[in-house]
Amino acid sequence: MNTHHQYDAVIVGAGGAGLMAALEASKVSGVSVAVVSKLYPTRSHTGTAQGGICAALGNVEPDSWEWHMFDTVKGGDYLGDQDAIEILCREAVDLIYELEHMGLPFNRRPDGRIDQRNFGGHTREFGKGPIKRACYAADRTGHMILQTLYQQCIKQEVTFFNEYHVFDLVLSEGRAAGVVAVSLETGEIHTFHTKSVLFATGGCGNMYQITSNAHTLTGDGMGIVFRRGIPLEDMEFFQFHPTGIYKMGILITEGARGEGGILRNGKGERFMERYAPTLLDLAPRDMISRAIYLEIREGRGIGGGDYVHLDLTHLDKEVVEKKLPDIADFVRTYLGIDPVKEQIPVQPTAHYAMGGIPTDVEGRVVIDEKGTILPGLYAAGETACVSVHGANRLGTNSLIDIIVFGRRGGRHMAHFAKGTEFATWPKDASSYLQEEIARLKEGKSQESAAAVRSELQETMMRDASVFRTESGLKQMEEKLRELQGRFKGIRISDVGNAYNTDLYEAFELGYLIDLSEAIVGGALARKESRGAHSREDYPKRNDAEWLKHTLCYQKNGKLELKYKPVVITKFQPQERKY
Amino acid sequence: MKVLFKIKRFNPEKNEKPYFATYEIDAEPTDRVLDALHAIKWQLDGTLALRRSCGHGICGSDAMRINGRNYLACKVLIKNLKQPITVEPMMGFTVKKDLIVDMDPFFAKYRSIKPYLINNEETPAKERIQSPEDREKFDNTTKCILCGACTTACPSFWSNSNYIGPAAIVQAHRFIFDSRDKGAKERLSILDENSGVWRCRTIFNCTDACPRDIDVGRAIGEVKQAILKGST
Repeated sequence: MNTHHQYDAVIVGAGGAGLMAALEASKVSGVSVAVVSKLYPTRSHTGTAQGGICAALGNVEPDSWEWHMFDTVKGGDYLGDQDAIEILCREAVDLIYELEHMGLPFNRRPDGRIDQRNFGGHTREFGKGPIKRACYAADRTGHMILQTLYQQCIKQEVTFFNEYHVFDLVLSEGRAAGVVAVSLETGEIHTFHTKSVLFATGGCGNMYQITSNAHTLTGDGMGIVFRRGIPLEDMEFFQFHPTGIYKMGILITEGARGEGGILRNGKGERFMERYAPTLLDLAPRDMISRAIYLEIREGRGIGGGDYVHLDLTHLDKEVVEKKLPDIADFVRTYLGIDPVKEQIPVQPTAHYAMGGIPTDVEGRVVIDEKGTILPGLYAAGETACVSVHGANRLGTNSLIDIIVFGRRGGRHMAHFAKGTEFATWPKDASSYLQEEIARLKEGKSQESAAAVRSELQETMMRDASVFRTESGLKQMEEKLRELQGRFKGIRISDVGNAYNTDLYEAFELGYLIDLSEAIVGGALARKESRGAHSREDYPKRNDAEWLKHTLCYQKNGKLELKYKPVVITKFQPQERKY
Repeated sequence: MKVLFKIKRFNPEKNEKPYFATYEIDAEPTDRVLDALHAIKWQLDGTLALRRSCGHGICGSDAMRINGRNYLACKVLIKNLKQPITVEPMMGFTVKKDLIVDMDPFFAKYRSIKPYLINNEETPAKERIQSPEDREKFDNTTKCILCGACTTACPSFWSNSNYIGPAAIVQAHRFIFDSRDKGAKERLSILDENSGVWRCRTIFNCTDACPRDIDVGRAIGEVKQAILKGST
C-alpha cells in the first residue's frame, strides 16, 4: 500500500468535533478531505456523553441565548472569551435543529417538539433559578450525536483512515504541511501531506487515577503540537465531575440531578444547601466537587469514608428507567445495586480539560499572546481552547462546543486549503517518529510504561486535582522530572509490527507526562483560585493580577509561561455565587 | 483473589495457528474482565493485543468471546464467571492479532443498509415534529454501539458470512421505523435479498449477546413483518 498520501485537508480524530469538521469541509467543492483516527469513529469518546446538549430553544420555558451566554461566562469564572461564548450560544440554537434534520433522535415533548431538561449552572434571567435548556436523547445524547455525524459522513462518502495513529505534525515554510501516522495493523509509517490539518483528538484525563475518560484519551493532539513549539492554553484548569462511580470513575450524568437527584453526605444531609443555596445540586461542577472533598475532609463522607451518595430513590421508577436507562444499567452492572431503591456511592472523577491548543473562533491555532496564527493549523473540541469554557465548563457545553467549533474549523480549513498551494514536503518528515520508535523498542531499563503511568496517575490525583497547594504542586513538579527520566528508559516488551499496542501506549504515556507538566506548571504559577483551579493557599479569585489566560510553551525541555488577556464584552466579572 | 485465564493468542508475525496461553493474576471479584486483561498486559505480557476504549460498555471496542459467549470485556465482572476464564476473539471474523479481529467487512455491511436519515423534503426552520409515541417505536434500536457481539453470536452468520447479520438489521430498523425517514422501501428491498433477513432462523443468540439489552430478535421480526406487509 502507498504510504504517502496527499489531501487538501486532513482531520485527526473522529469524535464529534472531527466528524463535524469533516462534514463541513467536504461540502466545499474541489477540496479533498481525509479523517485519520486511531480508533474506528464510533469508538470515540463523544459517544459516552450522557445528559444533554444545551441551546436556548425555549421549548419548555422561555429562554434566550444571552442567558445561556451569561451562565457560560459565570460558570467559567469569567475566564472565558466572551466573543467566542457569544458565538457558541447563538449558533447552538440553529445547530440543534440541524442535528435534528440529520436524524438525531431527540426525546420529544407531547407536542412533538424537542424536550429539554435541567442541567448544572444553566439558569433563567441571569441566575434567578434553574432552567430547562438541555436537549437530550435519554442518557445517551453523545452516543446519538456521534452516530448521527458518522451516518452523515457515510452519506457524504468522507474518506477515513481508521486505526491510523498520528504521532507527529509536520511544519514547513512556517505552515502546517501534514502529519505522520502509524497504521496500527501493519506498523508501517504513513505520511499525510496536506494544506490544512485540524486536530480533534479529545481530552487527556488519563494522567489521573480516577477518571471518566476513555483509556484512549491521552491528549495526543495537545502533546504533538506542544513538542513542536506550539503553546497550550489554560492547562491548569481541569474539571473534576462530582459524580463518578466510586473507585471506578465511570460517569453518572448531571442529568440525574437534573431529573431531581440529590447528593447526601454520611449524615444523610443534602449538603449542597450550605454551598449553593439557590442552585443546590445543580450548581456548577467545580463547586460541587469541592463541596464533596470538604464534606469528606470533615469526616462526613459515607461511614467517614472518601465518597458520598447520589440519591435517586425518591424519583419515579419510570423516570430512572426511561430517562436515565444507561446509568441505571451501569449502577446495576458495576455496583450490583438498584438505583431505584438504593443510593449510589460517588466521588469526583477527572473529566474535562478546559485548556488545550489555543485557537480563534475559526479554529485557527494561535501561537502567541499577540494572536499570531500558524497558517494551515487548526484545532477543535476538547483538544482546543477557544476559550469558551474559561476556568470551568458547564455541563452540556462540551457537546455544543464540538458542533459549533468543529463546523467553523472544518469550513475555514477547507476554504483556506482551496486558496493555497501545498507547502514543500520535507525529506526527513518521518525521521522523528522513526527515531522515537527505535528508541522505545530498545529501552534498556526493566521498568514498563504501565508502572510509570500508574505512579503518574496516583501522584497527579493526590497533588494536582481538586485542591492544590504550593507544596503539593512543587512535590509534583519534582516527581514529574523523575518520571520523565524514567520514561526515557522504559522497556517495551512487544517489538513486532502488528497491533503493537504496547508501543503506542508508551507514546501515549509520553504525552500524558508532558501535559501533566503543563498542568502543574500553570497551577503553580497561578496564585489564585478560579473555577476548577483551587489553591488552598490562595483561596480567592484575584482579577487584578490573574484575569488572564496562561500560555505554556515547552522549550528545550523547560516550561515557559506567557499570558494573554481575556476578551470581555457583555458581562463584567462579578463574585460567583449560586 | 487468584484468577486463572486462558487466552487465545495469535501473532501473525510469529504463529501459524492460534494457541491458548494461561495466566494467573490477582483480581477483585468485582473487577471487570477488561481490568484483568489490562493486568495481564501490563504486568505479565505486554504483547497481548486487544481493543478497548471507554471501559464502561458504550464505545463497543472490546466485544469478545468469554467462556463461550459474547460479552464486552468491560461489562462483565469476574465474580459472574466460572474459572478458568476463557477469552477468545469473536467468532466468524478474521483474527488480526490475539483478540483483535477484522471489523471492515462488518462495517461494510452496516454501510450497505444506508444507515442515515433519508428525507429529501425541505427542512423546516425549526425541528421536524415527532410524537413521543413515534419516537418510542425505534428507541430500542438507537442503542446499538456496533460492537459486533450479536452478529458473531449468530449461527446463520457462522455458516454463511455473506449474511448481512443482526447488527446491520438493527441499524436498518432504527431508520425504517423512524417516522421522519422516507427510505424504508430501499432498505427493505436490500434486506429482502438473499443475504438479508430471511437467513435469520430465529435462534435468538443475538438477543442474548447484546450488551445493550436491545431486543435484537424482535427488531429482526419487525423488519420481516414490514417486508411481508410492504410497509411499516
